Amino acid sequence: MNSDLKNKGMSLIVKTITRLTVGLILLYGIYIVLHGHISPGGGFAGGVIIALAFIHLMLAFGKDEVLKILPVTFVSLLESLGAVLFLSIAILGFLGGYFFMDWFAKGKPFKLFSAGSIIFSNIGIGLKVSLGLFGIFLVLILLKFKAKK
Amino acid sequence: MTPYFLCLLLFLIGVYAVVRKRNIIKIIIGLIIAEYAVNLFFILFGYKLEGRSPIYSPDQEIFNMVDPLPQALVLTSIVIGLATTALAVAIAIRIYEKYGTFDITKINKLKG
Amino acid sequence: MTFIPLFVVLPLLGAFIISFVGKYKKCFSDIFTNIITLTLAFLSFYSIFLLNTKSSLYIYKVGGWAPPFGISLVLDGLSVFMLVTVNILAFLITLFCINYMEKFTSKFRFYTLFLLMLAGMNGIIITADIFNLFVFLEIASVASYALVAYGIESEELEASFKYMMMGSLASLFILLSIAFLYSYASTLNMADLAQVLKEKGVNKVVTFAFVLFLVGFGLKAAIVPFHAWLPDAHPSAPAPISAALSGVLIKVLGIYSLIRISTIIGINKLFSNTLMFLGGLSIIVGVLLAIGQMDLKRLLAYHSISQVGYIILGLGIGTPLGVSGGLFHLFNHSIFKSLLFLNSGAIEYTIGTRNLDQMGGLREKMPITSATCLIASMSISGIPPFNGFFSKLLIVLACIKSGYIGYGIVAVIGSILTLSSFMKVQRYAFFGSLSKKSQEAKEVPSFMKLAMLILAIICSVGGLLIFKDIGNYFIKPAQEIIVK
Repeated sequence: MNSDLKNKGMSLIVKTITRLTVGLILLYGIYIVLHGHISPGGGFAGGVIIALAFIHLMLAFGKDEVLKILPVTFVSLLESLGAVLFLSIAILGFLGGYFFMDWFAKGKPFKLFSAGSIIFSNIGIGLKVSLGLFGIFLVLILLKFKAKK
Repeated sequence: MTPYFLCLLLFLIGVYAVVRKRNIIKIIIGLIIAEYAVNLFFILFGYKLEGRSPIYSPDQEIFNMVDPLPQALVLTSIVIGLATTALAVAIAIRIYEKYGTFDITKINKLKG
Repeated sequence: MTFIPLFVVLPLLGAFIISFVGKYKKCFSDIFTNIITLTLAFLSFYSIFLLNTKSSLYIYKVGGWAPPFGISLVLDGLSVFMLVTVNILAFLITLFCINYMEKFTSKFRFYTLFLLMLAGMNGIIITADIFNLFVFLEIASVASYALVAYGIESEELEASFKYMMMGSLASLFILLSIAFLYSYASTLNMADLAQVLKEKGVNKVVTFAFVLFLVGFGLKAAIVPFHAWLPDAHPSAPAPISAALSGVLIKVLGIYSLIRISTIIGINKLFSNTLMFLGGLSIIVGVLLAIGQMDLKRLLAYHSISQVGYIILGLGIGTPLGVSGGLFHLFNHSIFKSLLFLNSGAIEYTIGTRNLDQMGGLREKMPITSATCLIASMSISGIPPFNGFFSKLLIVLACIKSGYIGYGIVAVIGSILTLSSFMKVQRYAFFGSLSKKSQEAKEVPSFMKLAMLILAIICSVGGLLIFKDIGNYFIKPAQEIIVK
């Protein structure tokens, strides 16, 4: 079992490098998502980077290893949750009078907590995009394996 | 003027690939090329000579900013392109599963 | 008017919730979708009432941003007219789906896609920002590409691929023309854009942008030179989706958007002549291609091309009479064409084929389906008491009054050919002797019957809209937006 796992995926060099870098990539993606309102980037760009971290992991270790951590149902559930989060922030705007109204406390410019509800919207979009992109990748891989049988 | 014509050339290359190529994957790639040409064109409309990126920062004032709106719109358009491309690739894989080929001339079960 | 964004929010919310709850609870998606579409239908009727009693224009500022800077949503005569058409049909189609979609696995995915498409269409209708229009157009289109391929059989995938390529190219043209308009006018808000264009005047850039819009929306609406994808794509989808695609999608994506853009830029003589020519061409080519078909759904799809030609012809004439005829025909066509597609779905549901050769004598076995199909056939071919007659009459009258007698003759000939083609459908499918396949046919389940009956009733009484007392509340406000 153990040796079987070792043989899956790419070579030892790739696996070691992946182990070192994947955390950094993930962290960078999260940074981009959280700082979307004060620097370039935002939910979409950060989400794509997070998805790339997962895809990186999958390329290095093979699909079974990753599917153990992130099953397809879990991915699709979280993806829908991201969409619902974003939409519910938009609907919360009704409390301020208009759809999408940003009535949260604004804070000081150029600080992390400064732009009202934009940071929460960015988190929702980041969740949706990262898991959506990863889900697309996953589904395409599973489709291909089905076709070969 | 040259960048605009280069964009047009890129767009025409994309459309040529969509119309003329027989492989489904190449058609999809052609579509992506055409889409990026349109996006580039849109960005170019917002560009000013010697313009700077439209990002505020706490320490300095920025003059001669390029128009930020086309960039925001193009970002949206890229997201849409991602969705379309993903769907197209998924359908291409399904077609390969059913027909056993990527050749568009051999995929002709429909009459029209 | 705080409820305006609900036309987009409710279907989107429904789509996301169904995509993760529907997997675990089977009947949830049925009930939830129907509640949402019913609510939307009521809201659209309520907005007719509001529009006629209080102000005739409502502007909603999304996020509280003032119109030229933020995105705004607008409710005026034309958008209410389209909202009512779309949302009535969406409700009846989801009602039909409760029974019909049982033969497919994972029904909740279907509802998710359908609600996304509905959100896109409602968004196109209520938005007042051209880029936002493009975004909603893409949401509706991507959902419809996926819905065409829903059965994942080889023909359906092929049709979906063809449709997707055509649709994506159309979207590129639309995006390109939005870029041109933005570079010329530096604004995206429709009202602001119209103002700027009025001040700066229309030059070659705007004309070029308009031609690109015509190509893009013409591809989406399947007007004749751009129609090649429609007869493949529409029959390949499941029957309720064919009804939604033929009934409302091509009209919202193609015709409504084209009208909106042309009210911004202003209709000139050349443009209206082009529209009339394309309309006349669509009428004749569509119906001639339809006559030879033996596949029921394919025949109906070709008729969609020809009937869209009537709408384009009516709108192209540009007189108040012609425009109200075109809009009236838009409403009528969405009703009777979706009824016909639902009939074909009902036949496919019981005997499992849509080839006219293998049907026959279904009149005795399926009385309600055949009666409703007869009403719809008479409507589409313009037989007097039904709604199709009145709208075609208005279009032909408008042609003659404005001096385009040739186009009037084309419209009448198209109508006669339509009649002959539907006599063929009736003869093969419902009359004559029982074929082998129709022996074991039986009437469809109750929700399907209910949806078809309601549509047939609207077909029968829809002609009343021609009277001034009723039509003034529904068609007149929409017509006044187009012809000022």
